[in-house]
Amino acid sequence: MNIKDILITGKANLQAYCDTLLELAADDPNIIAVTSDSRESGKLTPFADKYPNQIVEVGIAEQNLVGVSAGLASTGKKVFTTSPGCFLATRSLEQVKNDVAYSDYPVNLIGISAGVSYGALGSTHHSLHDVAALRAINNMTIVVPADNFETKEAIKAAAVSPKPFYIKIGKKNMPHLHAENETFIIGKASTILEGADVAFIACGETVYPTVEAAQLLNKEGISARVISMHTIKPLDADVIIKAAKECKAFISVEEHSINGGLGEACASVILEAGLSVPFKRMGIPDEETVAGSQTEILEHYGISASGLSDEAKRLIKQLKHLTNEKYELK
Amino acid sequence: MGKYSNEELQQKSVKYRLAMLKYIKMAKAGHTGGDLSSTDILNVLYNDVLNVSPANFGDPNRDRYIQSKGHAVEALYVVLADQGFYPETDLETMCKYKSPYVGHPTRKVNGIEFNTGGLGHGLSICAGLALAAKKDKAPYRVFTLIGDGELAEGSNWEAGMMASHYELDNLVAVLDHNTLQITGKNADVCNPHPIDEKWKAFGWQVVTVNGHNIAELREILNNTPIEKGKPTFVIANTIKGKGVSFMEGEKKWHHGVPTDEEYETAIKELESELI
Ligand SMILES: Cc1ncc(C[n+]2csc(CCOP(=O)(O)OP(=O)(O)O)c2C)c(N)n1
Ligand SMILES: [Mg+2]
Repeated sequence: MNIKDILITGKANLQAYCDTLLELAADDPNIIAVTSDSRESGKLTPFADKYPNQIVEVGIAEQNLVGVSAGLASTGKKVFTTSPGCFLATRSLEQVKNDVAYSDYPVNLIGISAGVSYGALGSTHHSLHDVAALRAINNMTIVVPADNFETKEAIKAAAVSPKPFYIKIGKKNMPHLHAENETFIIGKASTILEGADVAFIACGETVYPTVEAAQLLNKEGISARVISMHTIKPLDADVIIKAAKECKAFISVEEHSINGGLGEACASVILEAGLSVPFKRMGIPDEETVAGSQTEILEHYGISASGLSDEAKRLIKQLKHLTNEKYELK
Repeated sequence: MGKYSNEELQQKSVKYRLAMLKYIKMAKAGHTGGDLSSTDILNVLYNDVLNVSPANFGDPNRDRYIQSKGHAVEALYVVLADQGFYPETDLETMCKYKSPYVGHPTRKVNGIEFNTGGLGHGLSICAGLALAAKKDKAPYRVFTLIGDGELAEGSNWEAGMMASHYELDNLVAVLDHNTLQITGKNADVCNPHPIDEKWKAFGWQVVTVNGHNIAELREILNNTPIEKGKPTFVIANTIKGKGVSFMEGEKKWHHGVPTDEEYETAIKELESELI
């Protein structure tokens, strides 16, 4: 997209997921959705009505959910296991680890209403630890799509991949950040905006406020690069190293704990490449998460157009202080 | 007989239901159906059974109530306010920015013992508490409230097997058996029946009550254990959405929030039951 583009709101990524699954099932009877009293939260009721033989309901039992999914997948079925991210990723972690990842069966775990989508329902319903837990499991591909396009492409890629996936999606309507004809490759980050003063490496529903922050910064003459790091694992190290080399500051943005998520993954890549750059992890800090809606929570922790642009300016100033380089803010 | 007559408790239930709807409407969020089905159970527990109050909440010998079906938190918030744990008007902030009264129980709220909301945790916690009471020769009893959809979580059955093994007769599990979960009828989603025979086979004393009959609930919940050495499983037959006729037995009210018009109708119906 272009820095001056006006963002046009699409549907929820959750809806994009369900629409894609309906499309895929139209000519593939091997597609199976597996749910744990989650078909309504997962907007899968139309799928269940159209393909009653392609949905398996296990009741409110997430461990059983993932074990059953692994069994189904081992026979060649294309399984889309759909449950809130908070329960799917960690209630069933042992099943995810052993039955899916280590046994190497291509279950597609779709963590819905993820991050703080369930804002006011409180911390039991937030998934701020899913990426951290799953990153440590070998053989898991982790995708956190930013918009409808990335969601659709990720689901299509997962459907034909012989490997396990965790795809984390929210339920808020998301603006379009891509044109329909762009290429999408699992493991290759998408550059949403070019820029060289600050690099934002974001994922999921936080890419959009990051784009807004870039637009604010642009008005002040600061150019921001915005990368949608939709695949957290395997991580696109090249894009990270390039950003750390070319930009004056580096900010990771995620709807996840700052511990164990995208930010720490980026930091590892940068340090191991022998680079140094003013760096900040924007995410949910290690404290009892504030109560509120998704937007209120994200804003509270600075994940908003103004919060992120302020952070960028602070880091650039810090660089000026460190290097005595003449870098004036307009 | 406790502090209140059956009629007084029935009136309290009506007031609780009115208050729940009020705060759900204000918050534009809440698990309305499961709040209304569990109201009478919570009413009897807090007003007639549990020796829990703001004054003794620090006492290690207080009874323990852990709400396993944490989503029915509006019912719990209203009942705890009535017990004096905090002013009811605090609930005006429910689900709002920075409010401690979020959509599932947390220990930030006075009177709440555990953070629940992920289903299938209450019974294990209670088994631990009941076991501690046995070890310490402490007199307290332990109660939990479980949803019937929630019964699918394997942890319930793990705790169930263990509780009878340790003869935890100081433990009472109440099942809010409203026959519905989000997708629809329990029997269509993942059939849990026969519930009574399963818990009997797990070594529990099982009783079935009308979960909206105050007198029956008082009778059972004040007389546990029914059999020495066995934990008690109370199947409380309830109606999801109880008290508001257009919500009763309708799955859409699991977390439905009434429109202005629906709210007025609901309030009128409940108010007509006030004496
Ligand atoms: C571990 C877990 N999985 C899923 C959910 C989402 N969820 C909340 S309430 C509910 C349905 C509960 O049905 P039931 O136990 O029958 O409760 P009630 O009818 O009393 O409201 C579900 C699936 C959850 N809170 N926790
Ligand atoms: Mg139920």
